Amino acid sequence: MRGIRVRLERLSKRFGHVVAVQALDLEVAPGELLALLGPSGCGKSTTLLMIAGIYQPTAGAIYFGERRVDHLPPRDRDVGMVFQSYALYPHLTLFENIAFPLRLKRRSSVEVTRVVRRTAELLGIAPVLDRYPAQVSGGQQQRAALARALVKEPQVLLLDEPLSNLDAQIRVQARGEIRRLQQELGITTMLVTHDQAEALAMADRVAVFSMGQLLQVATPDELYRRPANTFVARFVGHPPMNVLEGTFTDGQFVAGSLRFPLLVAAPPGPGYLGIRPEDAHLRGSIPGRVVVVESQGRHALVTVDVGGVELKVLVDQGDRPAVGAQVGVGVEPPAVHLFDMSGVRIEP
Amino acid sequence: MPLLPPRWRLLVLVLAVLTLPIVTGVLWLLLTGWFDVVHGLLPVGGGSLENWRFLWTSVGGRPPLRIPLMNSLIFAGVVATLEVVIASMAGYAIARMAFPGRRGLLGLVLVLHAFPAVSLLIAIFYILRILGLFDTLLGVILVKVALELPLGIWLMKGFFDYLSWEIEMAALVDGMSRWGVFWRIALPMARPGLLALGTFALLSAWGEFILPFTLIVSSQRWTMAMYMQSFLSEAFTDFGMMAAVGLVYAAPVLILFALGQRYLLNIYTGGVKG
Repeated sequence: MRGIRVRLERLSKRFGHVVAVQALDLEVAPGELLALLGPSGCGKSTTLLMIAGIYQPTAGAIYFGERRVDHLPPRDRDVGMVFQSYALYPHLTLFENIAFPLRLKRRSSVEVTRVVRRTAELLGIAPVLDRYPAQVSGGQQQRAALARALVKEPQVLLLDEPLSNLDAQIRVQARGEIRRLQQELGITTMLVTHDQAEALAMADRVAVFSMGQLLQVATPDELYRRPANTFVARFVGHPPMNVLEGTFTDGQFVAGSLRFPLLVAAPPGPGYLGIRPEDAHLRGSIPGRVVVVESQGRHALVTVDVGGVELKVLVDQGDRPAVGAQVGVGVEPPAVHLFDMSGVRIEP
Repeated sequence: MPLLPPRWRLLVLVLAVLTLPIVTGVLWLLLTGWFDVVHGLLPVGGGSLENWRFLWTSVGGRPPLRIPLMNSLIFAGVVATLEVVIASMAGYAIARMAFPGRRGLLGLVLVLHAFPAVSLLIAIFYILRILGLFDTLLGVILVKVALELPLGIWLMKGFFDYLSWEIEMAALVDGMSRWGVFWRIALPMARPGLLALGTFALLSAWGEFILPFTLIVSSQRWTMAMYMQSFLSEAFTDFGMMAAVGLVYAAPVLILFALGQRYLLNIYTGGVKG
């Protein structure tokens, strides 16, 4: 196990007056894959670049194990990184691209050849090593970039949107490959992505960011079942959760003319009710009218107007109603999520 | 070669007419240099090498050709080298690095570029006198470089802006120093820009007249432009020999242009192709 613990302490980055990352505390366990998830401009890439040493933090500290590294230049940090554009050197063959970090470390050419070959075989790009980046496919470029990041056996692997330039089909395959490789090598990894499906599929834990703030760090399962606030609730899961704005009053949630009975106590006052489309069904008693039906293969996503509020419900393809039909919406009550007026989850 | 479509034929005709004055000038230069007497564009009498005798003797108290030729080569070479070195570093810093006053510097460079250099001549004259650089090649070189730098910096900044920042980040993470990234990653990728700027600077310095004419006195430090100018006089101008000198003066430019036109096009179209 060559993974190392990565710890961020009150890490902040400002560009002029713009706060990109605000007092971030985060810890990545040895050998863990942590995904940094959020919409673009939320500070997740800035965080990664601070860990790599490209950006100097405005304040705070970065530790690799017990070693504080935030004052070190990138080459003294022992990190490998894969960029969104892959950032392969266009004038070098794939072999020389992968060999580049080793050559900078002045390894013997025998060793360079051996290590590059072995890494390339691990990633299935050995046959194209003598080609230039422009002469291979996007998937092969992505693997070459990954090989270059891994070849110097770094303590920490940083992946900045490594899959977003790949075709959807290859992307799902590459997801699995990166995860398998990361687990085999036991290397501490941080993955930046804006794709919640990618984060949930690959990561041990996911850190959700918005506007430079860390909103929640949790396992994919926890994130899905107990989102800490309305942002996470809307961002994680597909199709996204219904988040209704309304008022809690004695045992009910009121939005428009919708009155939703609650099984758990919530402090009275304005707030939000979250219902995942897959937790709702059309065999219930809340009357509504079907507005839109979207086919999603096995399922259909039905938008129902209930008392002036739109609610999305996921049903089996066989149960899809006609547009305009009157239906009765129901939700398994334990499956609702309650948030207070500032959007923070209310624990039952 | 297939015949051009009618529309193109018309275009070629228009272009040919527009180019005629320049072609005529070059033709005149060629003919006048080689023949004793030329009426209009018609050579009269025989050709001779009489007009070319400046190649092997010094003519009318002027220094031998090799002096201004060598001076011009040094002038153009040093100016181009300095310009490329300084402009690439400055352009890179402006393109890539955040430092206080970056925006102000950028604006200043633009303003300086727009400033008519001739209006500075008198001030430059005094400054060089004070520095003891008046009537030296070094003095003119420094002035020329300073006046050309704003354009050069602006051009190089443009080329560096166009390069992928991620590739440089990757090189840093792979273990290169900041200097190493500039020398071994950024500069090679900006090669078309360096060549374009270098060629442009060479041509501009080779053709420079007003600066050496104002700031140099001794004939031992003449450049080719001044050498050629010395053939113009109120009493008698030997147009035949002047044309021959002109041809010698123009030859390196033609060669350079033939070799470097691909890179020059990069400047004029403002981008890197390929």
